[in-house]
Amino acid sequence: MTEKLSHTPGAAPSRGPRRLIFETGAPESRCVMPPALDVPDVDLGAALGGAVRVEPPVIPHVTEVEIARHYAHLASMNFGVDSGSYPLGSCTMKYNPRVNEDLARLEGFAGLHPYQPEATVQGALELMVGLADALAEVSGLPAVTLQPAAGAHGELTALMCFRAYHRDRGDVRKRVIIPDTAHGTNPATVAMCGYEVTTVPSDERGGVDLDALNSVLGTDVAAVMLTNPNTLGLFDENILEITAAAHGAGALAYCDGANLNAIMGISRPGDMGFDALHVNLHKTFSTPHGGGGPGAGPVCVVSRLAPYLPGPIPHRRTDGSYGLALPERSIGRVRSFYGNFGVLVKAYAYVRALGGEGLREVSEQAVLSANYLKERLRDTYELAYDRTCMHEFVLSGSRQKREHGVRTLDIAKRLLDHGFHPPTVYFPLIVEEALMIEPTETESLEELDRFADAMIAIAEEAKRDPELVKGAPYTTPVRRLDEAGAARNPDLRYRTEG
Amino acid sequence: MRHIPVTCEQREAMLRAIDRADIVDLFADVPEKVRLGRPLDLPGALGEMDLVSHVRGLADTNEPASGVVSFAGAGCYDHYVPSIVDHVLRKPEFFTAYTPYQPEVSQGTLQGIYEYQSMMCALTGMDVANASMYDGATAFAEAAMMACRVTRRRRVVCAGTVHPEWRNTLATYADAGTFDVTFAGPHAGGVIDFDGEEGVRRALEGGDVAALLLSSPNVVGNLEDLGSASTLAHEADALLVVATNPLLLGVLEAPGEAGADIVVGEGQPLGNMMSFGGPAFGFFACREAHMRHIPGRLVGRTVDVDGNDAFVLTLSTREQHIRREKATSNICSNQALCALGAAVYLCAVGREGLASTARACIAKAHYLRERLLSTGRFSAPWDTPFAHEFALAYDGEIAGMHASMLERGFLAGVPLTSIEPATPIVPDESLAESLVVFAVTEKRTRVEMDAFAEEVASL
Amino acid sequence: MYPSDLKYDKEHEWVRVEGDVAVIGISHFAQHQLGEVVYVDLPSEGDTVSAGEAFGEIESVKSVSELYTPADGEVIKVNSALTDAPETVNEDPYGEGWMIEVKLADPSQLDGLLSAEEYEALVSEEA
Repeated sequence: MTEKLSHTPGAAPSRGPRRLIFETGAPESRCVMPPALDVPDVDLGAALGGAVRVEPPVIPHVTEVEIARHYAHLASMNFGVDSGSYPLGSCTMKYNPRVNEDLARLEGFAGLHPYQPEATVQGALELMVGLADALAEVSGLPAVTLQPAAGAHGELTALMCFRAYHRDRGDVRKRVIIPDTAHGTNPATVAMCGYEVTTVPSDERGGVDLDALNSVLGTDVAAVMLTNPNTLGLFDENILEITAAAHGAGALAYCDGANLNAIMGISRPGDMGFDALHVNLHKTFSTPHGGGGPGAGPVCVVSRLAPYLPGPIPHRRTDGSYGLALPERSIGRVRSFYGNFGVLVKAYAYVRALGGEGLREVSEQAVLSANYLKERLRDTYELAYDRTCMHEFVLSGSRQKREHGVRTLDIAKRLLDHGFHPPTVYFPLIVEEALMIEPTETESLEELDRFADAMIAIAEEAKRDPELVKGAPYTTPVRRLDEAGAARNPDLRYRTEG
Repeated sequence: MRHIPVTCEQREAMLRAIDRADIVDLFADVPEKVRLGRPLDLPGALGEMDLVSHVRGLADTNEPASGVVSFAGAGCYDHYVPSIVDHVLRKPEFFTAYTPYQPEVSQGTLQGIYEYQSMMCALTGMDVANASMYDGATAFAEAAMMACRVTRRRRVVCAGTVHPEWRNTLATYADAGTFDVTFAGPHAGGVIDFDGEEGVRRALEGGDVAALLLSSPNVVGNLEDLGSASTLAHEADALLVVATNPLLLGVLEAPGEAGADIVVGEGQPLGNMMSFGGPAFGFFACREAHMRHIPGRLVGRTVDVDGNDAFVLTLSTREQHIRREKATSNICSNQALCALGAAVYLCAVGREGLASTARACIAKAHYLRERLLSTGRFSAPWDTPFAHEFALAYDGEIAGMHASMLERGFLAGVPLTSIEPATPIVPDESLAESLVVFAVTEKRTRVEMDAFAEEVASL
Repeated sequence: MYPSDLKYDKEHEWVRVEGDVAVIGISHFAQHQLGEVVYVDLPSEGDTVSAGEAFGEIESVKSVSELYTPADGEVIKVNSALTDAPETVNEDPYGEGWMIEVKLADPSQLDGLLSAEEYEALVSEEA
């Protein structure tokens, strides 16, 4: 790493043009062909009523070795949790246990068709019920749908249930209140449900400003949507007052579960007064992010919302068998079939591997590691809120910007040269030059120290040689990109010449 | 502790470093009233061997369709997945990475998605494809919402021949209050009825329709008349949204060539395992003119400061993390790894392999249909062009037939009534109750199909 | 940086008034805050615009801002060159980077706009 760090601007190795898979192979190259046809061939024109493709689609023709090499090369340009620390705030980039990958691929799961007779999928349904029960216990919210495919999809599902609930009570409500620290998915979800967003500011301790909340609450408010612990990594001390205030106005309280990794076995959203919570299985429950998905965003709700959940929902019958049923006042489906089942298998395996005590230890360590890192970095960077944090904390690079003209973006890019994935940057929006750091419980003490050392070294570099930091990264497969050029003249697909 | 590399001793040292006596002190901000104060009531931890045997036990309780001779389709298909696909997806650099927000260390994911987008454009005949959606049904619903943004209208018309689960999903999204949907049909002939009482032409009247949405092949396998649909939709100044099966596009006319403005679909047939219906992915493609209205992520090609080729997420101002309540969608996580699998699949079968796979499915489906008709137990409700899936009416009790055939090692298609039973597909109820939808993939052999026909005839 | 022949508003647009026609663009300060402009979404000729309502949007790589007109009127000209070269807004915000020309319904609506001096004082507070 020392050598890599000694790179000076302009000294990076020449990387040259990138070859696309389309530019590999030859027209006669083949990899996997279907077996020879053992039935009479069809006249495609007649069979398809004339809707036959004239020009074959431009997809590659390559041999298997070329595929293997191409993707090995692509993989070599990627950074994953296995590559090193990935302290991306609110994303919970913890280690993904390998055995879970094997389990999701068992033929008894991966080979299931969604319309097989119920009697042939009892194990799958039992697993789903087992996972739903575990999520209900962790969240303190008894009814669960596993259908949503991602966190934002879970948010949407829950707000749709809220809408249906209010409608059934003859209650037309127009607004949803979210704090100024909210993830972008929250307001976007609110808009997809036809509600207006009312933003409520944070107080000086980083929690929801109660007075401000009370002043915007009213009988036209459908929900208050919070993340707790919030995106500043702080547990809202007034959580009971907040949810009570929401309920007092006839609104429902929603918890974005992005930060559930801080509180498993310690505190439950249901006990905090929340009516619904989505769980990001690809965060808290260790299923891999896959470079952007697939995830899963189950939603847990209080009993009075259970009738509205999307279905069908797996359940255990009194005779011990398992079935699927649609809740009585269901909003309908939010996708096809039953959810990202393969992801559910991995999350289930994670829960079973850890047990209740193990999950609590996960949260305890995640919180301890974050507080430890915060302590190590507090003198070097400005701390947005000087409080005990939960599983993540937010620093500000404003000192480095003010004193050396080095921005948070530069610090993030320089971390790449030090071998780390950067934290979440410029979020939450209320912290200037924000660096949101979530180490997770799966980093060793050595690794936490190495990360802190790198952050301190970069602050030193910013002082001594700000240009070095501003030009980073130097050691990565490519350096800073012309993003403006990409947006001005979008090149979104390969085109054959001419 | 499992997956926690910090030792007890180190834990103590860390606590000392932050000047705390006990971990519990870190949770002082959690009000007493909301502390759990008891252990979570969950089954005890399992070591890896016990875990494997427990979960394998659950898997073994199932009888996977992949282990029998399956003719089940209706949105999820048992195609062969080349070995290389999973080997690529198991590379930790791909599957343990986050969304490629740091392009300097995400070039693998980014280039992989760019290539995927390129392949989906090629298959669909469209200009722009996004990085993926959750599944076909949500892609379909988001297409309706995008059409409303493009046209500044708020009603869409959906054909009654679309998969009931997709119609149901569309209705759920519409019910959230930002747009309305009119369902045309049910359509008697197994394809869209354009001119009838419940037909599409009438539903499109009013000058307020943002899009006509349809699926071809539709839920009973039939191919729709895209030309007429395109004419009607465009006469109403509405967009045409076509859902299709990407594998069949190896030989089927690209919807983009037939007038579609948005093409979506379920990507599972392309190298994704059935996995009880997920995870796979939805694909979403549109015209360049509407590019700024597309939901989800897009990867573009650019250069770095040294002039090297590079890829990056682009046109991000459409998305929730920037535009917040004005975003084109709330989607954040998508199904990136599944889409990558589809790209690897398409490389593995290649241009010719895709066409011959599609052709094999179609030829085999046509063969099976003839064989089943020749048993005398099935009749054809319509004579309409179809690809690799078709519906026949059974002359007996379907549930019994289905169960008996399963005992003999055959999954006898999908009875239409078992797909979202309350949603009519054809107006004639007794016909609907007798229909079975059969899908045939390249995995099925003539021997299997002959055996199936003989066994079912012998019932 | 803030030409004295122009008027400014608090949303960082500038206005050049020529009779009952106003040319509208964004200020140097605004383009600098935005960073590299990658896209400008403008209305069509013939559209009507209203004071206090957004008439378009301007985007950088990671932000998007609405464009406001300080007065009601009809759009009579649109700078379509910005479609292909949005960077002009960065390079020449008061010249080639202009956005729309509006035929004013009521020129007195512009009375409350800021002078260059007043605007400069405003942005020095924000900066």
